Amino acid sequence: MSNNGQPKTLFEKIWDEHIVVEEPGNPSAIYIDLHLIHEVTSPQAFTGLREKGLKVRRPDKTVATMDHGIPTTPPDIPITDMMVLNQINRLEQNCRDFGVPLHGLDSPNRGIVHVIGPELGLTQPGMTIVCGDSHTSTHGAFGTLAFGIGTSEVEHVLATQCLLQVKPKTYAVRVEGVLPKGVSAKDIILNLISRIGIGGGTGYVLEYTGSAIQGLSMEERMTVCNMSIEGGARAGMIAPDDTTFEYIATRPHAPQGADWESAVEKWRSLPTDEGATFDREITIDANSLEPMITYGTNPGMGMGITGVIPDPMSVKDVSERQTLDKALNYMDLQPGQSLLGHNVDVVFIGSCTNSRISDLRLAASLLKGQKVADNLRVMVVPGSQQVKNQAEDEGLDKIFKEAGAEWREAGCSMCIAMNGDQLQPGQYAVSTSNRNFEGRQGKGGRTFLASPLTATATAITGKIADVRTML
Amino acid sequence: MEKFTTLAASMVAIPTENIDTDQIIPARFLKVTDKNGLGDNLFFDWRYNTDGSPKEDFVLNAQQGKKAGVLVAGDNFGCGSSREHAPWAIMGYGFQAVISTSFADIFRNNSLKLGLLPIIVDKDTHLQLMSLVEEEPDTQITIDLENQTVQLPDGRKVKFPIDNFSKTCILNGVDQLGYLQSHASAVEAYEAGHPDRVNTLAT
Repeated sequence: MSNNGQPKTLFEKIWDEHIVVEEPGNPSAIYIDLHLIHEVTSPQAFTGLREKGLKVRRPDKTVATMDHGIPTTPPDIPITDMMVLNQINRLEQNCRDFGVPLHGLDSPNRGIVHVIGPELGLTQPGMTIVCGDSHTSTHGAFGTLAFGIGTSEVEHVLATQCLLQVKPKTYAVRVEGVLPKGVSAKDIILNLISRIGIGGGTGYVLEYTGSAIQGLSMEERMTVCNMSIEGGARAGMIAPDDTTFEYIATRPHAPQGADWESAVEKWRSLPTDEGATFDREITIDANSLEPMITYGTNPGMGMGITGVIPDPMSVKDVSERQTLDKALNYMDLQPGQSLLGHNVDVVFIGSCTNSRISDLRLAASLLKGQKVADNLRVMVVPGSQQVKNQAEDEGLDKIFKEAGAEWREAGCSMCIAMNGDQLQPGQYAVSTSNRNFEGRQGKGGRTFLASPLTATATAITGKIADVRTML
Repeated sequence: MEKFTTLAASMVAIPTENIDTDQIIPARFLKVTDKNGLGDNLFFDWRYNTDGSPKEDFVLNAQQGKKAGVLVAGDNFGCGSSREHAPWAIMGYGFQAVISTSFADIFRNNSLKLGLLPIIVDKDTHLQLMSLVEEEPDTQITIDLENQTVQLPDGRKVKFPIDNFSKTCILNGVDQLGYLQSHASAVEAYEAGHPDRVNTLAT
């Protein structure tokens, strides 16, 4: 509990501890403990520093990698996209010039920025973490305040290690109960977003609590926090506990010896105090959840896999109705239709949402001894070089390849479709990524978001499947 | 940043709700290392056919789109990716303000730092603006930042919210970075009182 006895939430404790300047009428300047950068949203920020003759204030609190535009083809194949190559060269140059550590293409630690932060032990409870990427919310799984920023803000943090922010409101998301078989962390977050809508969390920081959340592994917690932004919330957080500490303990950047003991003691004081209040609350019954799938063109347009697509005519609000109508038109789907058995062209298993070792193990456990359906392209893209190595040590790559899936190099790949990994116009994909926006996975492509289990079940049957029938 | 005080301009309307930044500027246009030319790719996939020809029924390709200074868009504008390329593209095209019933947080923050005004109005005013554009595409409105008002053709003035800090910065054309730099001693004091959490340079 805080000094003056006022009970505080996890968010409030971290926020209060990071205020550098607080003046009436102005946003607060908060201190940033870790700044992650990548090749796509940083070049213009470094240009800004050069133009103003500024340095990176704390290169020791900054770390860079390449993930968004880089190819996932074998490393001996040269990069032919000159614009991607230019961004890679620029990041290398910027990191050299400004002294920022870089996990580049040949680093054993490279990977999707939100996979490598936790992997290296750089993500620790109580910290503030930012990155020029909206899925920075992922790191909230450790009880950190982590959110995406724009390139102007990247420049601000590089120059001052501070960020100007208006204090957000708090939103408790209680998930109570036990997840049924075949239902996973991805289904929790897709269910939440389908309830609150894609803008339902705007202005709020979410805190996920409840027995179902406490029962999740760190990797599953990251999946939940990752998609907070898809509900409009910039950040999502989970109180740190023994599961958190155990995950961090063996990581390269974890505090050592006596420092570890005092860090854990401090981290144990972070969870929301009893009696602290939230501006909003919602409760989800984990026992009643089923695997989720999206049918539309934003992550809020989701339903249980046995559900049917809603009818725009039943939507009262005119603009909401038009938006749903436009989405179904783009997806070429009909109101009242079930998605079970729907044709699929591509299955994508990857992205900062679901590309960690536990995701790959789940997919491999279903695929073992099976073949992917004819005429279906199945891409498995590990989240980092370390995940790739681990998977290969466990023989998961063999399972994927023998089943007829593609085993790729690490990167964002078809989640953002900047690197040539993309859908063709009109194709349908079941994807473990986070966005089903029009053209997100390739111009004219149509995305169904789902869990790794649902994606793998679909890969085997060639049509959208209910994984619960296969377990 | 350029100063913004008042703006009298015509509008274009894209009533779709939840317009995400992937629609505003698709990811394949993010391979640039500067901010130039992004306006040409604004709403690219809604604006152009596969063969590169303009889609005639898309509003930015109509005569009114080419001279409008204000974009009126549906609720929760700018959701999704944090890419600042979205407001860069909107400004690159020539818009100086976007009006909606709400904005996604990151898009709003990015815009305020650039001097692109994200103006929130109530649903009735929003509907009125939409129908004004539909009936008379050349309809002009006047935005007055100092007084935080949008004046409609019938003379009605609608107040809009903006925090005082962003407002002052935009009125004076001042980058917010200057404020942070002016507090360098507070940052030093903070660092002195708080041990470093991690050291990314340590191997």
